[in-house]
Amino acid sequence: MRALRFHAPGMILALGLILFILLPVLTVFLWAFAEQWFYPSLLPTKWGFRFWHAVMARPDVWRALLTSLQTTSIVTALSAVICLPAAYAFARMPFPGRQGLMMSFMMASAFPRFAITISLAVLFLTFGLVGTITGVVIVQLLGTMLLMIWLPTAAFRGVSPAMEEAARDVGAGPIRVFWSITLPQAAPSLGAALLLTFVWTFYEVEGAWLVGVPRVQTMPLLMMQMINNQLVVQYGAVLSVALWVPSLVALFFARRVLGSDTFAKGLGA
Amino acid sequence: MARLELEGVSKSFGNTVAVNTLSIGVNDGELLCLLGSSGSGKSTLLRMIGGFELTSSGRILIDGEDVAAKPPEHRPTAMVFQSHALWTHMTVSENVAFGLRLRGLPRAEVATKVTEALEMVGLAGYGDRRTPNLSGGQQQRVAIARCLVLRPKILLMDEPFASLDQHLRERLRDEVRAIQKKLAITTIFVTHAQDEALALADRIAVMSMGKLEQIGTPDEIYARPATAFVAGFIGTMNLIELTVSSGATSLGGLQLATPVADGPITLALRPEDWQIDPAQGFALTVTRVINLGAHALVEADLADGTRVKIHLPKASGVKVGDSLRLAPGPFALYRDNAAIYRSEGGMV
Repeated sequence: MRALRFHAPGMILALGLILFILLPVLTVFLWAFAEQWFYPSLLPTKWGFRFWHAVMARPDVWRALLTSLQTTSIVTALSAVICLPAAYAFARMPFPGRQGLMMSFMMASAFPRFAITISLAVLFLTFGLVGTITGVVIVQLLGTMLLMIWLPTAAFRGVSPAMEEAARDVGAGPIRVFWSITLPQAAPSLGAALLLTFVWTFYEVEGAWLVGVPRVQTMPLLMMQMINNQLVVQYGAVLSVALWVPSLVALFFARRVLGSDTFAKGLGA
Repeated sequence: MARLELEGVSKSFGNTVAVNTLSIGVNDGELLCLLGSSGSGKSTLLRMIGGFELTSSGRILIDGEDVAAKPPEHRPTAMVFQSHALWTHMTVSENVAFGLRLRGLPRAEVATKVTEALEMVGLAGYGDRRTPNLSGGQQQRVAIARCLVLRPKILLMDEPFASLDQHLRERLRDEVRAIQKKLAITTIFVTHAQDEALALADRIAVMSMGKLEQIGTPDEIYARPATAFVAGFIGTMNLIELTVSSGATSLGGLQLATPVADGPITLALRPEDWQIDPAQGFALTVTRVINLGAHALVEADLADGTRVKIHLPKASGVKVGDSLRLAPGPFALYRDNAAIYRSEGGMV
């Protein structure tokens, strides 16, 4: 009895969290597979995949998916090209102002993104970038920078310098060392960073909405539109569930690969 | 198989001098131990030989060729790291083969050499294992094979057994020595463990604060330490601060003949060099007895309160509070860290 009394506050807290976090997700799930759900029934009155077929048959869904995959791939690739060398420099090349530059990245990212995005959108208007894929890519790219510098910096920092020295010792030049030792050693964490960037970009709404609308329609924008404008709740629910699965898989993978100290390492701890 | 010559090698990090104009010659096939406490500069010196630190000044000659300006990949040296530094994304074979593949050797030749190297370190059949699945000792064997397979002119070992337990360390130490002798490979072995240095080395170079204190065979270093530092660092030594006046020193109420100029000296005396001598020995009172297995380490106070350490046979049955009469055996006198006198017979 004592143990139970001791744990009671924890149990209540856990229960509250479960209700708070899982219940909304559960509701979306139920809606996705509900063909009919009349008040006051606690559960859908008719189950089925009718709305899945309906959603998958819509051409705008496939168009949005293609747009999303296209922009997300470009953003992730560009982010890798720009950020990975920067991360390596942060991790391994001492240069004046390194710590300050890292901190400025943090500070920029702490600034409310919406405000930055709006000012960018205004700027993009003058350059005719609003409503273009290029505009969306730029705005989303900026959003990925922090993660793609932070995590890879930690990854490169995590590679033992002795391993690199051992490779130099047996005859490898600096480039060969990077290619054969540093990169493979950092690869799991770099992969996780790329994956998280891909997922984050795929689900990014603010930038895509403020810069892309009306001509560029990504998947989350379509989902938002469906939830906002459609009388049928199920369309939005089906898309939510369909989009939820890949992001969940990605997060699980990233969690497995990234140690708990990775984020701290990236900050220079 | 090569001769290594260090000529006036120095290394500074900012205002800190890590290695101070050091000159050492290492003979072909010799195993030299760099011995010193942490911060003595021994690892920095090894890293300079390997090319991981650039010298601030001086020359590093391998078979007469100055390699001081060359990067590690262009030096005929190979290093065994304290942390093993195995590439965890490669198998044991891939680790050993990496250097050979860089040299563009044919696949079959690489395979043969890798097998030979793994056999040499007692890891035949382990080629396909992943390195994180190996024990600490096995990992260090792989690291040694990775170096030996390249047949370097100079083998560098940076406290390679520091992370291993005592038993394994002694075994690996003997194996490394056997392999080193068989291949007659010139080896520099860094350690802070004097037992390791005494057991392994052809010669030991004792370093302190970036300077070479003494270089010599283990016997020389132990029996005739050139400086007060070496005297205190190697083995157990009684170091007693005294003052000489008119060629003699007062110790424990007796006069000790010390034929050196007047002034302060450090008297150094091994615990095992005391001899039981009821006739003219010092009167001592035992304050502590430590059982060291084969013998007892006895701490005792002289009449003037000076505390000394003495090795006595266990059979002597000395207990705390006992009174003894002992005469000091051979001793040495040091002044300003340098040896200035060695008694041969002991007390005069």
